[in-house]
This record gives sequence, C-alpha cells and structure tokens, in this order.
Amino acid sequence: MTLALASEAPPFDLPGTDGSNHSLEDYADASLLAVVWSCNHCPYVQAWESRMKALQRDYGTRGFRLVAINSNDSDTYPEDSFEEMQARAEREEFNFDYLHDEDQSAARAYGPSRTPEVFLFDRGRRLVYHGAIDDSRDEGSVREHYLRDALDALLAGDDPPIAETPPVGCSVKWRA
Amino acid sequence: MLFWEGCPSYPEARTLLEEVLATRGIDARVRMREVRTDDEAEQLAFPGSPTIRIDGQDVDSEGARSRPALTCRIYRRSGGGVSPIPSREQLEAALG
Repeated sequence: MTLALASEAPPFDLPGTDGSNHSLEDYADASLLAVVWSCNHCPYVQAWESRMKALQRDYGTRGFRLVAINSNDSDTYPEDSFEEMQARAEREEFNFDYLHDEDQSAARAYGPSRTPEVFLFDRGRRLVYHGAIDDSRDEGSVREHYLRDALDALLAGDDPPIAETPPVGCSVKWRA
Repeated sequence: MLFWEGCPSYPEARTLLEEVLATRGIDARVRMREVRTDDEAEQLAFPGSPTIRIDGQDVDSEGARSRPALTCRIYRRSGGGVSPIPSREQLEAALG
C-alpha cells in the first residue's frame, strides 16, 4: 500500500553506490527531502534522470536533497544489481545518493508502484507531494513541473499546488 | 506488436505506428500479441515492451539483440537520449 499524504517518512538504512550506508536520519539537515524510486534498466527513469540531477543542482543550495532508491529484484533484472548501480552512478555522474534496497523493505514501507516515483517530505518529514517528477518523459514536452512547483511552493512557505499525481514508468520489480 | 502489460508504453507506440501507417497510406493491420511470462519472452526473443516487427523484422535491430525479458524496452535516439517507444523516424525507416 502506498504511503498516504501527510504520513511520516518510514525509516531506512541502505547501502549507497558511494560505498556508505545512508539512513533517513542522515538527511536530517535537509529542509526538503525527495525519496525517488528508481533503477537502472527502465527507459522512463533514464529519460528523467537528467532532470533528477538538475533538481538536485538547482535546489541543493536551498536545503533540498534527492535520494534515489532501487528496490528491483536483481535476480530477474541483473541490470539493477548493486554493481550495475555503482557503474551507472559513476558513468552518469549522479549528484544524489543512489541506494540499494535489496530486501525491498523500504519499498514495502513506502509502497511505490513505478520507477520513477517521487515521495517529497517537508522538514517534519511528512509526505507533501507524491507522484511524477513532471508531466512528460520527453523533456521538451513538459508543461507541468510538479516537483519543481512543489519545491518552489514549500520554499516560499506554501503548500504544493498539486499534492499527488499518477507516477508514470516501469513497474517496481518485486521478488516472487 | 509484442507487448507486456507491466509497461505502460505500448498504447502510445501503437498509436504512433498507426499514424505512420496512415500517413504512408499503408492499409495494414497491427496485430497485438501479449507476452505474459518469462518463458514466452524467451520463446519469442522478446527484448522488452513494446517490440514492433514489420513483416518479421524488428524496427530496431540493435535493440532486438537485448536479453529476452518482461521489461520496458529501451529505444536509443539517434541524437542521444532514450525513449520507451521507437521514434517516428525508426518506424518510417522500417517501413522502407
């Protein structure tokens, strides 16, 4: 079941491609935290990946952190193994943490259905936006910048104009 | 068109294919075939959804060599970037 709006962020403690473990508490300094379900193999993720980096670049100085989590079953989808994640993070020069949820415990706690899928939390770590990054996998066709609009509103002290949108992408690959 | 229900891109790909066929004035039927299991993916050499074969030929011969799997297929754009569906140019080229 997917986390409901206003829910508290479930804790996690997962290995990152940088070789360190990262827990929810490690991001305590972030005024806004986006936990994005992601992976290597999905063309939708790959299409949105540069926008994930741009979000971290553009909002990072204002207290925003983006964390990507890959929960896919790498036995069935070997492109999503931890080793492949490390290679991708290095090749694509990720400016955000990329964590491996091998036992899918984080996925079960948050309940994503797609990759990419955003869970944006405010300073109190309450869910304030959930869904897609924007309204088109084709960057040139984007009309609604859901996550950017939410960040701008929250940084201005307002509520996100849209709190929930349907995520679009590949299904999360659950273990049998 | 071979498709897997777990990937949301096939309706868009079908629409694009039908548009290209109509633009070319080609009176062809798009046959849809759902791939449901890993075994089926293996048997059909299905590298991901959607896979479009015109007279048996994949519209993206390079991508066709990927490992068979129930997954969203990656189509690489000539100018860089990726897409979950083939480009109009790929479909037009495949139609000759």
